[in-house]
Amino acid sequence: MSELGYYPGCSLSGGGIELDLSVRALAERAGLGLREIEDWNCCGASVAHAVNHELAVALPYRTLALAAGQGFDEVLAPCAACFSRLKGTAVRLGRDPALVARMADVTGRQYSRPVRVLNVIEFVDRLLSNYDLAAKLGHPLAGLKVAPYYGCLLSRGEGIVADDPEQPSAMVRAIHAAGAEPVEWNFATECCGAGFSLSKTEAVIGLGDAILSAAAEAGAEAILTGCPMCHSNLDMRQQTINAAGRGPHRMPVLYLTELLGLAAGLAPETLGLNRHFTDATGIRAGRS
Amino acid sequence: MQHSKDDNSLPALVRRLCGQDVAACYQCGKCTAGCPMAAQMDQPPHRVMRLVQADDADAQLTLLSSPAIWSCAGCLTCTQRCPKGLDPAAVMDALREMSFQRGLVSKAQRRVLAFHRSFLATIRAHGRMGEFGLVRRYKLASLDFFSDLLVAPAMLKRGKLPLLPHRIRGRDEIRRIFQRTAQRTQEASHE
Repeated sequence: MSELGYYPGCSLSGGGIELDLSVRALAERAGLGLREIEDWNCCGASVAHAVNHELAVALPYRTLALAAGQGFDEVLAPCAACFSRLKGTAVRLGRDPALVARMADVTGRQYSRPVRVLNVIEFVDRLLSNYDLAAKLGHPLAGLKVAPYYGCLLSRGEGIVADDPEQPSAMVRAIHAAGAEPVEWNFATECCGAGFSLSKTEAVIGLGDAILSAAAEAGAEAILTGCPMCHSNLDMRQQTINAAGRGPHRMPVLYLTELLGLAAGLAPETLGLNRHFTDATGIRAGRS
Repeated sequence: MQHSKDDNSLPALVRRLCGQDVAACYQCGKCTAGCPMAAQMDQPPHRVMRLVQADDADAQLTLLSSPAIWSCAGCLTCTQRCPKGLDPAAVMDALREMSFQRGLVSKAQRRVLAFHRSFLATIRAHGRMGEFGLVRRYKLASLDFFSDLLVAPAMLKRGKLPLLPHRIRGRDEIRRIFQRTAQRTQEASHE
């Protein structure tokens, strides 16, 4: 059985735990082994790049150097922010040998060979194409209408995301494979306020309300994401948004891997659906 | 435009920090039109670009102490759409870095500053971010004790708030990375 390097990132043992649970469960169901990179560190998230451009590269560099040293050609980073930081760094290192040398000096570690970084959409695509997932998908979600929500970091970044940044479609194949139906809507790549959940809660309430409203107007029964920050701002903050007099919204927010896991017959608790703030345990085949 | 190593104009410093030549901006305003945070900013993104170009002492102080630069979410919409191929999000990062290093962060943005400081202190100590330690540090630094009081128990119940941080083995490596990069950012951010 082949193995993929796994970089869960910090959120996946806390607020984003459902993403970790559903990624691991789905990989196991499809027959792909995940092996965690030993002693990985935080990627710097939305903070390091705002205050120190060298730190913002050095932190992901150490993890990439560890992955290379531990023999990984490819690493899965399910969190959209981790993916953007790790892949952005890998792309820059590939273009700039002087940066590689400087980072080796700063970190004391060699980046011995290039490492490819996969996001959660590419991971699901891989399971559908090269592993045994497609054969295990039933139709418990037939007709369920979902709003594919890419947000910022799964739609943008030159050299980082291959999809069309204004009209992304990478999630569509997985949605169809799960038997669900993507809705057309205008907020697929809008920003949710990302790391401002604590420090600019008012802004996050406004942006989240607009996204939740647009999904409901488009007829979606759930929003589909690949980012723990988006999930937190739309799922956990949904009650803050409602308490602020907006909505009221009752929109389940699912990770792409939770949707595929349900289609593959995995139990909601195995995937973490019982841990959401906005009830998502009743997700099943569409209303129509 | 060429900038020598001794050129300490704002455009030159921005260029050294993030490689962007702001002279190319022709003020079309597309960055501002798509910016999800523009409504929160005293200087929206295209004005930020213009003030970097202006580069007089007033413009520098206005920019580096502006609340606006701390309201950028880093969503890259501006960068994606700039018809001149500029990266305004990277310019925002460079300005924040200078503002932070020179101690010019707007008082109105103390919560953002408190969040950033708490986040960095958490990963410097442990190598990883843990929400419990981060929020504890943030509450102390921001003096924002009363918001989200009910969120912590709800997160705990859902297994989303581990109380003990994951501490990596290479913590001395992380400390070294913080020390080495601190030297470089200080050199790069000051006139």
